[in-house]
Amino acid sequence: MKITQHATDTTLTLALNGELDASSSVLLDTELSKPEILRTQKVLIDCQQLNYISSAGLGVFISHLQTFQDANVKLVFFNMQEKVRNVFEILGLDSLMTIVPSEADATAV
Amino acid sequence: MQQAIRISCNRRNLKVVRDFVGESLAGQQLSEVLVNQLILAVDEVVANFIIHANAEDEKQFLDVRVTVLNHEFGFEIEDATPSTYSPGSYQEPDLREFVRVGKKGGVGMMLVNRIMDRVEYSTTGEHTICRLYKTLA
Repeated sequence: MKITQHATDTTLTLALNGELDASSSVLLDTELSKPEILRTQKVLIDCQQLNYISSAGLGVFISHLQTFQDANVKLVFFNMQEKVRNVFEILGLDSLMTIVPSEADATAV
Repeated sequence: MQQAIRISCNRRNLKVVRDFVGESLAGQQLSEVLVNQLILAVDEVVANFIIHANAEDEKQFLDVRVTVLNHEFGFEIEDATPSTYSPGSYQEPDLREFVRVGKKGGVGMMLVNRIMDRVEYSTTGEHTICRLYKTLA
């Protein structure tokens, strides 16, 4: 798992590349746990190169979602592959989290 | 058709298991989404055995077997330790509550149970076997 960051004044974009499982999810958790992330308005997760996600990866997002909402930080996923989106859908997480098709859609949220 | 692999209890081997299951299912004319679901179900059970049952003790091993018979896909994960997991006590979690309290774990078996048709745990002597089944029309 490789995570590439791009930040503007209001938005932090994390591009995930690889497989997010019980072995690699700690890396993402570290990024999402940084205090400065709560000072941004929006965290965009670019999933184009995310080839796999297990419960450990989902758990990282689940565990930070309330903190983000309390801090008025929007968490938005985009460019998600169908097989990865399906994993969110199996649990109904697509109704608890914001998943949009493209970066333009994510920016507009 | 049956294929098998043995791994040590290191979470880095989760990728090895996923690749093994994916290769075992190659040629079965399954959709990418379905293959990913089956890989995910096995990955979740193996991760539980590695992390929770064996505390990532690399001296311990798991055997993973894939059997395809007609339209039934069977996966066996055998652990050479007695199980402390009791499927009878499993209750599907409330995800909204998980979000509210910021809980990290606890959705793995929810995925497994929603993906597979049958999930069976059995203990024979010192061995615990989890069997997962999916039948496709």
